Amino acid sequence: MSKRIIPVDGDALTKEALSRLDQPARRLFLRRALTLGGLSLLSGCAITDEPSAEKALAKISRFNDRVQAWLFDPNRLAPTYPESMIARPFPFNAYYDEAQVPDVDAGRFRLEVSGLVADRHAWSLPELHALPQADQITRHICVEGWSAIGRWGGVPFSLFLRRVGADLTAKYVGFKCADDYYTSIDMPTALHPQTLLALTFDGQTLPRRYGFPMKLRMPTKLGYKNPKHIQAIFVTNTYPGGYWEDQGYNWFGGS
Amino acid sequence: MTSCRSAPTATLAADPLPNRPGTPPAGDGRAIHPRWLRIAHWLNTLAVIVMVTSGWRIYNASPLFGFSFAEGLTLGGWLAGALQWHFAAMWLLGANGLAYLLLTAGSGRLWQRFLPVSPRAVLDDLRDALHGRLSHADPRRYNSLQRLAYLFVMLDSAVLVASGLVLWKSVQFPLLRELLGGYETARYVHFFAMTALAGFVVVHLVMVALVPRTLRAMTLGR
Repeated sequence: MSKRIIPVDGDALTKEALSRLDQPARRLFLRRALTLGGLSLLSGCAITDEPSAEKALAKISRFNDRVQAWLFDPNRLAPTYPESMIARPFPFNAYYDEAQVPDVDAGRFRLEVSGLVADRHAWSLPELHALPQADQITRHICVEGWSAIGRWGGVPFSLFLRRVGADLTAKYVGFKCADDYYTSIDMPTALHPQTLLALTFDGQTLPRRYGFPMKLRMPTKLGYKNPKHIQAIFVTNTYPGGYWEDQGYNWFGGS
Repeated sequence: MTSCRSAPTATLAADPLPNRPGTPPAGDGRAIHPRWLRIAHWLNTLAVIVMVTSGWRIYNASPLFGFSFAEGLTLGGWLAGALQWHFAAMWLLGANGLAYLLLTAGSGRLWQRFLPVSPRAVLDDLRDALHGRLSHADPRRYNSLQRLAYLFVMLDSAVLVASGLVLWKSVQFPLLRELLGGYETARYVHFFAMTALAGFVVVHLVMVALVPRTLRAMTLGR
């Protein structure tokens, strides 16, 4: 048998390494969970059976998605705040260090749109700025518990979805980002009046650290559901998952 | 000092299920705590252990104060795991708590065992307790301190659930959010209500250790 030399694919290697890095944290979730004295007293119970407990918890998490979708009121607005309450500096938050924030070339940037949409042309930044803009001062709530008030401006996302002729009865809108982050949301949240395709922060072009060239800003969802550095948007009926969601964070992630 | 509240005659008169001599045991009829209450109590124990320990892990992700909970005392392994446990046990806590409230109010137990509770009676019982004279002769009768403690923990649990709903869905429960002073204040309310519940549990366990037959009554019913 002859040995073949497989060319090294840098991107694939990095992705593989990253996925391996994710695993220990994921496995720790239940392994450490079960060191708890009170629960170990129940040994023999299904609760100490790792895979079945993990499965049950994932099932309840999906049930919680449905309950949150049911609780979600498309007309209910998140509270807005005065300018004096804006957090300065607004905290940086990502799954990587600030030094690793992607540097997107504004001139060459094109927002890809695909899936169940009529108009699949890729959008330049000037084209997006030419659409009607809106502004909001709302609270960003992190899944960790902290929160910070910020001011975002941009294109109301419902307007954008209508402009590209999206199937508004589709279940999901997915996002792929320049920082390799990905997530997806439900259509009712995508159409919520406060959901913005944000191009500015605090009246300025969205800084790199907050997601240049654009982020999806939803005050009705937790921070990790608000993707930054968006490169591609797709409309689909197939569950797309998400970076944190695939590791156990609740998919709906509403607030 | 004598306390008429713990006198046997008063007990018989107030007891909805008098233990008449010569009557054959009639299943749950003679139990100090009916079966539904014992089931609710132990389900609640499980729910509280899971909620509090996973809650500590969630707190550690972004502490409100200058301390974190020891990781060995927390449940979930990492934030997503803790949140999964927290949001799973909340259904058990909620459903069981609601069933308990409906049954305890519907059966008249709420009024028979926990009410009335007057400041005067509480002070009298507190004095007796401090002198080591508070009687536990009849486990069917709660003294004023017990009544106060149990009513307090019911109210505290309601505050925990309400503030928890605000943290979970602050946009979807606007009235509750404003009543609790907004999202950030609700975090402190939730934390202090948890601390009060933990304090109750400590006192509760000390009392069980001092009067072990209450554990038997809560397990076997008598």
